[in-house]
Amino acid sequence: MADSPEIVVVKDVSKRFVIRKDNSLKERVVTLGRAGKRHREEFWALRNVSMTIQAGTTVGLIGHNGSGKSTLLKVLGGILDPTTGTVARRGRIAALLELGAGFHPDLTGRENVFLNASILGLSREVTEARFPEILSFSGIGDFIDTQVKFYSSGMYVRLAFAVAVHTDPDLLLVDEVLAVGDEAFQRKCMDKIRSFQEEGRTIVLVTHSLGQVADLCDRAILLNQGEVVFDGDPRQAVVNFRNILEGRRIAEEEVAPVQAHVERDAQIVSASAHAVNRRPDEMLQTGDDLVLSVEVEHLTDTDEAWDCAIQIDSAQGQAVYATSTQLLGEQLRPSKGPRWVQFILKDTRFGAGKYFVSVSIMHKSGVHIADLPQACSFDVAYTPLAIGTVYAAPEFSDLGSLK
Amino acid sequence: MSSAQDRFVALSKQPLQAVGTANGGALSTWTTIKAVFAHREVLALMVRRDTKARYKDSALGMVWTLIRPLTQLFIYYIVMGKFLGAERGIPDFAIYVFTGLTAYGLLSEIVSGGTSSIVGNGGLIKKIYLPREVFPLASVGSALFNFSIQMGVLIVALFAVGHPSLHTGLLYFFPALAIIVIYATAFAFLLSATNVYLRDVQYLVDVILLILLWASPIVYSWEMARNIMGEGLLLNLYTNNPITLAVLGFQQAFWVGGAPAAQFPAELMMRMLIALAVGLILLFGFHRVFARLQGNFAQEL
Repeated sequence: MADSPEIVVVKDVSKRFVIRKDNSLKERVVTLGRAGKRHREEFWALRNVSMTIQAGTTVGLIGHNGSGKSTLLKVLGGILDPTTGTVARRGRIAALLELGAGFHPDLTGRENVFLNASILGLSREVTEARFPEILSFSGIGDFIDTQVKFYSSGMYVRLAFAVAVHTDPDLLLVDEVLAVGDEAFQRKCMDKIRSFQEEGRTIVLVTHSLGQVADLCDRAILLNQGEVVFDGDPRQAVVNFRNILEGRRIAEEEVAPVQAHVERDAQIVSASAHAVNRRPDEMLQTGDDLVLSVEVEHLTDTDEAWDCAIQIDSAQGQAVYATSTQLLGEQLRPSKGPRWVQFILKDTRFGAGKYFVSVSIMHKSGVHIADLPQACSFDVAYTPLAIGTVYAAPEFSDLGSLK
Repeated sequence: MSSAQDRFVALSKQPLQAVGTANGGALSTWTTIKAVFAHREVLALMVRRDTKARYKDSALGMVWTLIRPLTQLFIYYIVMGKFLGAERGIPDFAIYVFTGLTAYGLLSEIVSGGTSSIVGNGGLIKKIYLPREVFPLASVGSALFNFSIQMGVLIVALFAVGHPSLHTGLLYFFPALAIIVIYATAFAFLLSATNVYLRDVQYLVDVILLILLWASPIVYSWEMARNIMGEGLLLNLYTNNPITLAVLGFQQAFWVGGAPAAQFPAELMMRMLIALAVGLILLFGFHRVFARLQGNFAQEL
């Protein structure tokens, strides 16, 4: 896509929000002047963000809640004006910040299609021409002439998405809307996004599904506290993002370590992963046995039986493997004080990449006592013959013509 | 991939355009006008949405748009006209009141509908970019629609009482209508934007509109006001209120039963044209305020 034109150019954009705590005339008069300063708080949702998006790319914006990714999307869409800096753009744009924004509950589906399409910039004739297509994509059928307030939430979303994807945008801004609807509909959305990619449309996507980022995007931009901290390969961005999340979690634990554990029966102190017969810094090879050691400490004299569970996630956030002492039929009795437990996974065949191990301990009833998400991680060595999260040695033979 | 290539070629021919509101004085007013014109279909659909959705699921539907002014007319006719004797010296009193109420009703609907238009469409403004002027202008559109229904009733009534307005006085109608639409739109811009920041505005508007109803010769005659205030500064202030001028213009046009004989201020047409000019300046100024404030709408809503 190196020869494609720039579709969005963001130069040094900052966005400041002022939060006022006095919202009525009376309050504002009372807090006029200097006292008013105490009633306002400002923070920078975006700081000096610059980027250029080439046409035809799919860009994922990731970051934790409040990192500024939705704000950035709104600035790109012209919904918010930046405090400083400029945004330039070309081509037709459709912003899918919320499915069905602008649907009026009292109007019928048909009327809303025309209204919504026109809000998204489609002329009446074009909408009329595409109406059958929109209708069949949405799968609404005869309900199209019913007021949308009687629609189920699924129908509502399907109709809204159908309108949005038929507006022929050059640039599509999507904010987490793909997380709605049933599985069949989500697949339809994904197919549509893929065909958009093939047609050379540009997509900017805000999502919390890291798997989606790695899967769909050509490029990912990681935001943290309003600043771009990484811009490039989506897989690397996802790994960096996990590191930020991990750092935050540790910082939070340090702030309130006592409160977090005081009422629990037990806590997970630490966990580690290593391959049998390998040094700790060595990567896991196909066929290795993986040892997961967990240090658990019981804090009270309870005698309720407990279970320990582990889950392994891929770097894209997909659950790859999980097991527990309950599945293994183990009976664990509590004893006050620290102890080590260990899972050995025989003959592992993970695909190359980084994996994260989460540990939970729970009562027999299933109530979680303590969780330690991403307690430790391990790396699996690169395998030249296959990609994916599982590995099996591939062989190929051409069996020739069937005749 | 040929379609992708075509798209890139088409895109590279388009210039990069700055996003957001430019603050370039008169020039940006012109770009706004162009943007609103480009979105005229949305505007039309929004007007239809407002008028259609308002009385959806009600048995009488559109008739309700008439019931309020007719009730008002009835009350003023009976209480003011008969009980308090305001109809003395005002022939065709019902027509007189209804003419004034029609003019005032248009103003009141544009201003109050316009004021809440931005806050009311908050969901849309936060999610989709449209020129924000569309929302107050849609209130203007739906108010004009209701106004045209009322005008229809007024014209029928004129024929019914035997005084159809087929005379040169009808010329007053056009500047009078223009005054109301321009002033009301100007204030709709100003108030809809300030209402985002200070929700008190919409309540304040209700109160002020109530005062304005009585500050113009709608249920009493201009002559009565003059007799009380006398010729002088006070009367001039009263008369040059653009709403008063517009109401007087409407009466000149439609109150055929009384207009030729009744007292009207001197140079009414001249005053109306001056008011019109002032109104256009206000409209421009208030729109600048609107344009300045709209950049933060999405975060304040």
